[in-house]
Amino acid sequence: MEQESLTTIDDVQRAMFAQNYIADRSLATVVFLALKRRKPLLLEGEPGVGKTEVAKVLAAILNTKLIRLQCYEGIDVSTAVYEWNYTRQMLHIRMMEAGGANRQEELKEIFGPDFLMQRPLLQAIDPANAAPPVLLIDELDRSDEEFEAYLLELLSDFQITIPEIGTIQAKEPPFVVITSNRTREIHDALRRRCLYYWIDYPTLEKEYNIVVTRMPDVPERLARQVCTFVRELRSADLYKAPGVAETLDWISSLLALHQMELVEGPVRDTLGALLKYQDDVLKVGGSDLGKMLQKARGAS
Amino acid sequence: MMDALPQENGDYVASLNMRPLDIERGERLLYRLTEFGRLLWESGINVGPRQMLDLAETLNYVDLTNKEDFYETMKCSLLTRHELEPLFDQLFLYYWYLRDNPNKKDDVKGAAKRVERQMRLPPSERKRLAEHMNATEQRKDLRSEMRQTDRRRLKDDRDYDDEDDLGDPQGTAYSAIERLRKKDFENFTWDEVQEAKRLMAEMRWNLGLRATRRKAPSRKGAYPDMRRIVRRNLKYGAELIELTWRETKRKPRPLVIICDISGSMSLYSRLLLHFIHTISNGLMNVEAFVFGTRLTRITRQLKKRDVDEAVRDVSKSVQDWSGGTRIGDALHIFNQKWARRVLGRGAVVLIISDGWDRGDSTLLQAEMDRLQHSCHRLIWLNPLLGSPDYRPLTVGMKTALPYIDNFLPAHNLDSLISLGNLLSSIDDSRPARDAVSRKKAVEAWSRPVR
Repeated sequence: MEQESLTTIDDVQRAMFAQNYIADRSLATVVFLALKRRKPLLLEGEPGVGKTEVAKVLAAILNTKLIRLQCYEGIDVSTAVYEWNYTRQMLHIRMMEAGGANRQEELKEIFGPDFLMQRPLLQAIDPANAAPPVLLIDELDRSDEEFEAYLLELLSDFQITIPEIGTIQAKEPPFVVITSNRTREIHDALRRRCLYYWIDYPTLEKEYNIVVTRMPDVPERLARQVCTFVRELRSADLYKAPGVAETLDWISSLLALHQMELVEGPVRDTLGALLKYQDDVLKVGGSDLGKMLQKARGAS
Repeated sequence: MMDALPQENGDYVASLNMRPLDIERGERLLYRLTEFGRLLWESGINVGPRQMLDLAETLNYVDLTNKEDFYETMKCSLLTRHELEPLFDQLFLYYWYLRDNPNKKDDVKGAAKRVERQMRLPPSERKRLAEHMNATEQRKDLRSEMRQTDRRRLKDDRDYDDEDDLGDPQGTAYSAIERLRKKDFENFTWDEVQEAKRLMAEMRWNLGLRATRRKAPSRKGAYPDMRRIVRRNLKYGAELIELTWRETKRKPRPLVIICDISGSMSLYSRLLLHFIHTISNGLMNVEAFVFGTRLTRITRQLKKRDVDEAVRDVSKSVQDWSGGTRIGDALHIFNQKWARRVLGRGAVVLIISDGWDRGDSTLLQAEMDRLQHSCHRLIWLNPLLGSPDYRPLTVGMKTALPYIDNFLPAHNLDSLISLGNLLSSIDDSRPARDAVSRKKAVEAWSRPVR
């Protein structure tokens, strides 16, 4: 679908739904504005609520390339933006030398585009792109302040300067989606450049919709029970509450064991798909598990 | 199909059942936006002029008569932090709905109350909002207060100059400071407190460095700097003759301070807050929390340069001054809500408490264990440790002791200086945390006084 055909917030919500992503109207509003204003979208939320998915869905809707940059501590220009292909450069110099070429010519050649390795950020603003891609900057909180500062500069004018070549500028700025799990505070300056949205855990009804949309063959009863149970868990006192991703994971584990509803034994065996800390598994697997399951079964 | 899609966000605006939002267009709208922006700014949501201009542009794309869209657009453009969402909602409601409806006061109160319950606005924020509701009068007060402070400052400066003129013989001044440094905080007179604050402000803090994953060019190092090597050796043809290197960049560790402000600590807590303020302004990366029966994050309040203002802000936002202590519960909340966010990158944790705990000791033990595992160094400062016959015999202190890497006093200025030395000496090596060394440390501390 072309960006121009998404003229209302409803269009966006419908288009996301067509890609199996159930978005609240509020999320659709933010995505719509990000498309229209071409501003970066900053998504925060607990792990597993579908932040990264938004970028994938957006790329699918716009029928364009998704370029993903996974952040980590110490990410720098050579891994995020570009690097020269040193091996090739050195081989080339040797060959030129054997051929007895002019030194000035050599110099120009080995710092040309042929020897440049493009990393995600450079790919995203490459003027050769037919259509502006979706640039996903995933888990920005994992990178460090230096990278954030660099990004701030990039996001304001979408151009990159390579000393040997010159300035490269995007024909049309890419659609930028930034996600963060808040293991470190993102700086205010960057936040202000973006449209901000907090993705919350879904409501019971919404999670059920997500489950049946993403896994059409799941028995309705099981889906209801799982969603009720997971919802209960999120209000319990846990180190890491399960996200939607964990819910989906758990259901596929239960389906692999041919379960049609929540029964204590198999639930106990598969808790690891839902809870990721031993303390949490012990707590939930304790005496109250039977009662919680009964409650979940009663709700369906 | 659209009917099946959930619409719950923004529901609360819809649920108020009020007259539809009358939005004025053109300059009038711009004026109101600016005014709203100022209200946000005054309430602690940092909105810049650039954001406001941007928002005005963005609003062209949405249907302004749809109040939910209007609300969502405002929110995603102006709000940048999830924590401030309840405050934003409250201010939005107040400015765009409640403010112009003074004759429906009862209705308004009811509505505000309903929303408040729904959004669970923390009491501190509620209070702040209440303060902003009668902002004009406050501003008047503030202005006169500012004038007063200026006058006081002038006077202070003069007094200070006078002292200098007297030409205090260096010797006596030195020994007075020396005495002050050794004196227990709890015996301080008011003047001494002022002097101590001044001395604290002069302390310089350093925190041990950690290796980052970033490399910087250097004369020697473990990693070849390929980019420069190719560049420099072009002149030699294909031979690599000059080599350049990169080495690991080092940066100070983050520091997390968790300070007890319960009743038993009340003699120390105000001065300790000053100490926390100076340390968080002297170091790059400091997070601070206080607890009595509940945990409050005070990092934002301490960002204020003026120490008295900062401490006043902290006391406003903290609800449980001088109450009971539940260290275990406070650490539990910390581990659950904050550890993942503030303990990355080899953080050093500083707990300041006397260890009088009225909570559950098994909980405290579990949480101490967890906390120690998630930080690089766990330091416990105990003001009582300053007295030579103090032994950690309270249940709380006994439970926590095995999980502490460094156990230090914090009762006078000298002890804070030795803390400074310890902090700057922290290196990459991990302190011993095996069962044997734990037992030894506990025994050493529990030996009776001879």
